[in-house]
Amino acid sequence: MSHTFTLDGKTIPFEPGETILQAAGRAGVYIPHLCYHPEFKPHGSCKLCTVKINGRQTASCTMRAMVGMVVESETEEINAERRALTQMLFVEGNHFCPSCEKSGNCQLQATAYHLGMMSPHYDHFYPNRPVDASHPDVLLDFNRCILCSLCVRASRDVDGKNVFALSGRGIKTHLIVNAKSGRLADTDFTLGDKAAQVCPVGVILKKRQGFAVPIGERTYDKAPIGETLAEGK
Amino acid sequence: MALNEMHAEAVAGIVDRVLVRYRRDPSCMVQMLREVQEALDWIPPEAIDRMQASLAVPRTKIEGVAGFYAFFYLQPRGRYRILFSDNVTDRMLGSEALLQQLCSNLWIEPGKVSEDGLVSVDRTSCTGLCDQGPAMLVNNRAISRLTATRIDEIAELVRSKVPLAEWPADFFAIDDNIRRADILLDAEFAPGAALAAARARAPDEGIAASNMRSWREGLPSGIGGPIATLDEIKRANLRGRGGAGFSTGLKWESCRNAPLKAGQQRIVVCNADEGEPGTFKDRVLLTSKPDLVFEGMTVAAYAVGATRGFVYLRGEYRYLLEPLNAVLAKRRADNLLGRDILGIPGADFDIEIHLGAGAYVCGEESALIESLEGKRGTPRNRPPFPVTNGYLDQPTIVNNVETFAAAALIALNGGDWYAAIGTKHSAGTKILSVSGDCERPGIYEYPFGVSVRQVLADCGAGDTQAVQVSGPSGICIAPAEFDRIIGFEDIPTAGAFTIFDNTRDMFEVARNYVHFFQHESCGFCTPCRVGTSLLMNLMDKLARGCGSPYDFAEIEKLNQLLQSMSHCGLGHTACNPVLDTIARFRPAYEKRLTQKDFTPAFNLDDALSQARQMTGRDDTHAHLSTTHGGQA
Repeated sequence: MSHTFTLDGKTIPFEPGETILQAAGRAGVYIPHLCYHPEFKPHGSCKLCTVKINGRQTASCTMRAMVGMVVESETEEINAERRALTQMLFVEGNHFCPSCEKSGNCQLQATAYHLGMMSPHYDHFYPNRPVDASHPDVLLDFNRCILCSLCVRASRDVDGKNVFALSGRGIKTHLIVNAKSGRLADTDFTLGDKAAQVCPVGVILKKRQGFAVPIGERTYDKAPIGETLAEGK
Repeated sequence: MALNEMHAEAVAGIVDRVLVRYRRDPSCMVQMLREVQEALDWIPPEAIDRMQASLAVPRTKIEGVAGFYAFFYLQPRGRYRILFSDNVTDRMLGSEALLQQLCSNLWIEPGKVSEDGLVSVDRTSCTGLCDQGPAMLVNNRAISRLTATRIDEIAELVRSKVPLAEWPADFFAIDDNIRRADILLDAEFAPGAALAAARARAPDEGIAASNMRSWREGLPSGIGGPIATLDEIKRANLRGRGGAGFSTGLKWESCRNAPLKAGQQRIVVCNADEGEPGTFKDRVLLTSKPDLVFEGMTVAAYAVGATRGFVYLRGEYRYLLEPLNAVLAKRRADNLLGRDILGIPGADFDIEIHLGAGAYVCGEESALIESLEGKRGTPRNRPPFPVTNGYLDQPTIVNNVETFAAAALIALNGGDWYAAIGTKHSAGTKILSVSGDCERPGIYEYPFGVSVRQVLADCGAGDTQAVQVSGPSGICIAPAEFDRIIGFEDIPTAGAFTIFDNTRDMFEVARNYVHFFQHESCGFCTPCRVGTSLLMNLMDKLARGCGSPYDFAEIEKLNQLLQSMSHCGLGHTACNPVLDTIARFRPAYEKRLTQKDFTPAFNLDDALSQARQMTGRDDTHAHLSTTHGGQA
């Protein structure tokens, strides 16, 4: 018996042990996601990749594919909920796309476009999140953090440094860095770290490289995220 | 500088003593942080320095864990850290007025530390003393039945800097208030009797005797007791008492059958993280029947082949730690724990108690295991489930305190005896924690199938408007439903039974519960982290008189989102109190829907309140009146 399941009516092959999101990505089918990255262990926290399997909703980045599964993803119902999650991420932090260096390369912004988000809908929380400009090469702008933990995983699992971690709880959850002073400059973080490359939004930014690629010519300006990220790149 | 160094050295000495006691094992991080804080009143940076160096873990790990739990302080919170229990029952008994009284008496603001660094006063989630509220914790020691007089006495003791150990002992008296006892609370039980019965059970008594395998990892082959014991649990139709009602026999069997990798062992965990507001039966079980609970855990270990056990005791019950450890020591002395229990070769099992630190979400079994491993208490992705990949990736069962107590009795008296009690779908008894508007709040144990009406009559409730069964994550019912019964087939419950009479405002009840969920959301997943805050803001908006039908629709949409997208039960149930009360007590909401059209939550006059406070003004010129944003 072949290893396949159906995703929105399309037959998707999978290797045993693969998750729905991985298999869909290999088949060129995009399921929106933010905290998932193919090089790291799935986290399952952003919930954007939620799909419906036999009537039950679950995160497709952590759910292993099984033979004969019937999975729904691109339905108006699920996309409306994904849109609401995206709006939640926008109002939870301080996101000002027009002045953000990451605009056009930002997965949050691109996902919002993909889902047809026209407004933040909810009241903004306007949290007070000071930036950390202490590091000579990197600026940390926590205002944009969506708590995906990709930098945490990259620093821990690839760089072997544990520069980043989540602290706090609930709506006060926040990113911390590995220094008594709490400043990035006092860690062993460098631009060469994997953790410097993985931020899906504009928290971890290279200094002195602002707007090297003009707006309008950036990744998601050229093609929507659904086409760019289908293989989970 | 020299003084700083001396301070750092003193801190290092204290930290070292704690770390040695926990074998420098990072998986005991929560316990080590707790003990460091007990010694130093908070967790200062110097302590983290020492832990980081001595445990060889990154600082982020220590700070990440410490930052998660409400009872860990990375900033000084005073020598006296006073937390008022903020369950709705405490509020009904006047806790807010007492909090204000204490604050004005001590010249401090709620949530802040006094200028001399002596004391802080704040609120905390339900402390499990709803039958004897209002209650507070002072440095995690509980004081119940607070009165205005007692508050003045406490303020005086704080001001005079009397050490907590020298406060009058009667302040700390906690009552069991057992009003109705049945098989569990009435059990005449000799420690060891259930284990002896389990051992005596011959293999051919078990319906699965034909499947009997040698017990690879535990007892030598040829002893049929474990399988027979498992069969009795199954025959008893015992279901988990934490609320979800999963079959205990199935859980144990899955754990027993889960393969062990080299160096692994099976684990038994007792979930005593009784955090659901309005629930306090585990506190009473652990106070009045600790041997029954520990014996149930040992029976479970015997049945599944486990060799290590934990009790995860909520931080609010810190004062039970020493008495429970004394019971464990006695059981070790009596050969009911330790090596070769009851002389059975290879029957090794011991129990250690881990304390939580103020995190409701740790009642979720996978979050509890994370916390036991010394991590932030966020629920895991499942599958895999704890029965195969639990504590340190080992097969683990997590059961409620009451489940273990019942298991001990089943081992003693047999599954058929137990299955005959209660109803067809809900065998045995259920202990209810009754509080709120009634004459006799306390602990009531009933066979399953008792009606809500019967419980109300027994506890002396009159003019009852509503009962919240199983706490905020449970169900709120109105008088027309009082003939419904407690049982998995109708109203399942973890045990809370909170009564509201006709004088209560059910909107405010729901709002209190919504604040609770917002405070306790772990923050891991987007829908719950942000959604509980949005819900809280909506309820607060309604309370301020800015509500319109638009906000109703928003609440319903949020509910849908939280239920379908959240990572765990906390998010799934966070809207329940609102939906239930909207469905049953709509007038309480309609009173708040003063606006016909959408009205922003932002209120210019409210926004000026900080400026008013800073300037000490409250005259008419310090207020704005607007046509939008509700009453000015």
